[in-house]
Amino acid sequence: MKMTVSQKLIALVFFLGLMAGCSSTGDTMGQDDMEAGSDAGTTSGQQEQGGSTVFGGGDGSGVSSAEMTDEQRREAEARAERAQEQAMREITTFYFDFDTAEIKPEARDVLIAHARFLQANPGQNVRIEGHADERGTKEYNLALGERRANAVQRFLVVNGAARGQTETVSYGEEKPAVMGDSESAWAQNRRVELIFQ
Amino acid sequence: MKNRDNLWGRRLSVLIFVWISLLAVPAVGDELLIRITEGADSAIPISVVPFSESGQMPAEEKVSRIIQNDLQMSGEFDPLPPEQMLSLPSEGSDVFFRDWRLLGQRYVLVGQVSNAGGTLQAQYELYDVSQEKRLVGATASAPLSASRSLAHHISDRVYEAITGVPGAFSTRLAYVTLERLVSGPVYRLQVSDVDGKRARIRLESDEPILSPAWSPDGTKLAYVSFETGKPAIYVHELASGQRQRVADFSGLNSAPAWSDDGRSLLMTLSKDGNAEIYRMNLASGDLKRLTNHWSIDTEPTYDHTGQGFFFTSDRSGGPQIYHQASDDAAPRRITFGSRYNARPRTDSSGDYVYYVHQREGAFSIARTNLETGDETVLTRTESDESPSLSPNGRMLIYATKSGDGSVLTVISAEGGAAYSLPASRGEVRDPAWSPIVR
Repeated sequence: MKMTVSQKLIALVFFLGLMAGCSSTGDTMGQDDMEAGSDAGTTSGQQEQGGSTVFGGGDGSGVSSAEMTDEQRREAEARAERAQEQAMREITTFYFDFDTAEIKPEARDVLIAHARFLQANPGQNVRIEGHADERGTKEYNLALGERRANAVQRFLVVNGAARGQTETVSYGEEKPAVMGDSESAWAQNRRVELIFQ
Repeated sequence: MKNRDNLWGRRLSVLIFVWISLLAVPAVGDELLIRITEGADSAIPISVVPFSESGQMPAEEKVSRIIQNDLQMSGEFDPLPPEQMLSLPSEGSDVFFRDWRLLGQRYVLVGQVSNAGGTLQAQYELYDVSQEKRLVGATASAPLSASRSLAHHISDRVYEAITGVPGAFSTRLAYVTLERLVSGPVYRLQVSDVDGKRARIRLESDEPILSPAWSPDGTKLAYVSFETGKPAIYVHELASGQRQRVADFSGLNSAPAWSDDGRSLLMTLSKDGNAEIYRMNLASGDLKRLTNHWSIDTEPTYDHTGQGFFFTSDRSGGPQIYHQASDDAAPRRITFGSRYNARPRTDSSGDYVYYVHQREGAFSIARTNLETGDETVLTRTESDESPSLSPNGRMLIYATKSGDGSVLTVISAEGGAAYSLPASRGEVRDPAWSPIVR
């Protein structure tokens, strides 16, 4: 049921592609997406930039076309970035190699997105659950799961989250994501899960 | 939304759990089914002759049958099936040594059980066949409901008379079973006889229960429970069902191990940053930190002197066994044979340390001779965990994978003969062998 990291990344890239396509056009995109554009129809064409304003008759509605202002462009880019981060924040599970607590390179941008979100939303808390695969001893795995959770916690704090927003707990090998004794099962169980509360 | 639902589910389950745990009366547990997987070649031939019976007997297994099973399970004896016996004497005067020599027997146990007003009374005699000599002649009694205790007591006496080592058949096992239901997992802390019978549930939770450890007097268990959503250490008095949460610091609270006097616990806490070993005085709650390293230090267990302790640390890279001779001594590395050696347990003589050992991807149980440093791999199964020695040092129980679940396996401490105790429902793990209580 759950998407793997690579599946999620593919979905993410696809989604970002769509967003990029949208934000690169200068056309009006709809009420909530492009407030600047929809204003134009009612403000009697006080466009200071180049372009044209066409007034319709009677109903007061019009269509305007203009290049984006710098401000608009920045807003659009920020929106795209927010959307990208929001898409990245769909990923809440991070995987580790056997007996390590090293955050993988592909997880870094996603964790930065989570950290920024926490920074922007001080009322939001996150529970960081560390897990290990079934191999090895239960108590060592409990400590290993904690080490993984702590590594993620440190990363979030370094990137803007407040320590008080985070809580860590390790379940060691007690709560596997998938059953089985294959390398692929173990790889999916060596993980940290973020649970936003 | 999903996360929030999970959270509420968890809170609800904690509430339900707290309510359930208030019912202190132990519930009847899942009996473990014994499966003998291997016999030892060097097992001693012994005949446990079916005891003669007078008066009403318990509906359960016959006393002499339980004794026969005990001796067989130890791996050190090879009891003769009663149908192969030439005669069925119940007292010494009827034992014809020539018959038993003919059958290749070295020892013969005979006896009688009677019911005297609700009390089971047993009279039994153990003979050495080659010397034609009586080694034991004794009586024992127990309430009718405790026929298994009576049988295990006789097994202990027979075992000690022949091997010179106290028997451990009257001891008990603590272990955790896990049943994965559609509604979620159910963890049960259970205590049973060493043959898996008379199992009683002591704690039930939908969150993990780990690392049960017996107090030296056998009256209490310390363990780790996640019932509040995070790991905490509890001390549970078995007779009364009373529990105390003794360690609930931020981070890890795990791996409890009792001191010889039962007054303190070694434990792993991470409240000061990462997993370190501490000793807690149970009366005062005072803590003393015993390790200090940025690596993982965990799984402490006292050595045979009761002064020092063994533990697992990954300060050299991967997990290895270390020994610290006193509170302030520098830790000494014990294991070097492979990249992964963890969760030490030692015997009462201090000759060996037993642990989980990884080699070529398989996790087995191994032991190291502390004098010579020689390492021996004891098991041939591949996902072994949680070794626990019998109190007489002769047998070792551990958890291992079997099919989709896990079972407990008992082997002799030298390796060899084995029997398994699969749970009748779900998985069984984390065995802890009780001390001998006199």
